Amino acid sequence: MINFLLKRVAYAFLILIGITFITFILTYIIPADPVRMLAGRSATPETVESIRQQLGLDRPLIIQYLNYLYNLLQGDLGRSYVQKTQVTELIMSRLPATLLLMVGAIFFELLIGLTVGIIASVKRGTNLDKILTTISFVGISAPQFVVGLILLYLFAYKLDFLPLGGYGTISHLILPALTLGITGGGWYGRMTRSSMIDVLRQDYIRTAKAKGASNSRIVLIHALRNAILPIIAMIGLDIGIFMSGAVVVESVFGWPGIGQLAWQAIQRLDIPIIVGVTIVAATFIILGNLIADIASAISDPKIRIH
Amino acid sequence: MKYDLSKLPSIKSNKLNLFAIIFIILVIFISIFSGFVVQYPPDEQLFEGLTMQGAPLAPNKDFILGTDLLGRDLFSRIVYGSRTSLLIGLIANSISVIFGTILGLLAAYFGRITETIIMRFTDLMMAFPALLLAIALAAILKPSLWIVALVIALVNWVQVCRVVYTQTKSLKEREFITAVKGYGAGNLRIIFIHILPHIYPTMIVWGTLGISTTVLLEATLSFLGIGVQPPTPSWGGIIFESQSYFLDAPWLVFFPGIMIILLALSFNILGDTLRDYFDPTQRGRS
Repeated sequence: MINFLLKRVAYAFLILIGITFITFILTYIIPADPVRMLAGRSATPETVESIRQQLGLDRPLIIQYLNYLYNLLQGDLGRSYVQKTQVTELIMSRLPATLLLMVGAIFFELLIGLTVGIIASVKRGTNLDKILTTISFVGISAPQFVVGLILLYLFAYKLDFLPLGGYGTISHLILPALTLGITGGGWYGRMTRSSMIDVLRQDYIRTAKAKGASNSRIVLIHALRNAILPIIAMIGLDIGIFMSGAVVVESVFGWPGIGQLAWQAIQRLDIPIIVGVTIVAATFIILGNLIADIASAISDPKIRIH
Repeated sequence: MKYDLSKLPSIKSNKLNLFAIIFIILVIFISIFSGFVVQYPPDEQLFEGLTMQGAPLAPNKDFILGTDLLGRDLFSRIVYGSRTSLLIGLIANSISVIFGTILGLLAAYFGRITETIIMRFTDLMMAFPALLLAIALAAILKPSLWIVALVIALVNWVQVCRVVYTQTKSLKEREFITAVKGYGAGNLRIIFIHILPHIYPTMIVWGTLGISTTVLLEATLSFLGIGVQPPTPSWGGIIFESQSYFLDAPWLVFFPGIMIILLALSFNILGDTLRDYFDPTQRGRS
């Protein structure tokens, strides 16, 4: 197991290096010129050249990359072109909001997904099962911005008991987190249902029944405990989807996280921020995948060998 | 490989499938015959489409779905917007299914360095925040219909590639492949004549399920203002244009939103049914 873990961690690190390289290359083959954007249209060629040198953009690409990587290892993501502040600082000041949103989103995803999945698996084949399965399908098929705007309209505007957007109190968190919870909860619902159905077929469930365990005990203790690892693995994999969703939801609700930061940076071609957020988001995704791998390895020892 | 078509769940017995098929046919119909379906041109700013104060009209007997901020008929824009969704859905998803299948086949069949390069590259792609990548590319490349489709394909081929890879990996160890090798068949012949037909089911399933992913991604890019550019109508774009006013004119979000959800839902339902059909071990589980 320790061997397996070490291998996975080393590989995760390699992937991260790969991500920094691709992101770096992508931002430098783009046709738009950040120096032009900074200097403005009326700048003389000399000004443009001096800004280029100042930013280190005149050196060979590979030197620029190695330089970037060296700084990155010291936690330095460079300086924003537009805001002139350290990217690391900008991201650090925005990260707590995104993490808070992530916790809220996972809470609602699990609340919705587990409830729907457990009930559907227990009532398998009934009309209730069909209705719940269809609801999961609708959740999966709904774009986050549509769900977000509809929730805003209903709960913040018509019923007026939640704020229209912004950041600060727990009531600000509910709608953005619920938006991600509804769209992501569908996946958890389907996943929970199918892994519960697998478990409920096992012999030991029949044994527990024969020994007179109550239905709720069988479902919530015996079955759910064994169905939970795939669900944990799914939370790990879900972080990638969350990082994408954060961009949309943060823009709908004016949530001051790194998704909004990235979105603003893209519109201004503020490359150091785009690269920085991508690398931070990728780090979270890689960590999530690592958690998923470990959860799968615990639940299925065969995986550890490969 | 032969499949018993009579095992396809009969349309009558499953109301969800029936709904999905009817809805998809309906959208295809209105996207082809847009001009016959609508009463007003989608781009025309109608004088009678705004109130005296210049506000959009709620659904009424002249404009059944209401009008937008510029006094254009929302129904016309939604009908014409179906072209954007369907076209990008089909183009982007076809590219990613074909691209993903070819790379998956090559990686699994040739192994060694080909496998390492392709599969480690998919690992990298999986760790990329997909939407961030798509947004960055679309924002930089000045989106047209083709650019948007290409960007979506670029982030979507990975999953197809992985599934095809896993299947090919086990297929190539089977006896019939050893047998055709013994007859002296070349690599390309083995891949495209002997292995590929076994991958068709996967391509059909992903070709259907994937459309729903692409429809959602296209709508999201349009909502962020980096999809196909105005005045071409797209469902996500309609919502993007009306976002600032939606509390007073919720129909501008509600109707295109419902269309996006129903189209993605229909392809999801259909894809799921096809997956159950091709893979009986999954039947009843999902």
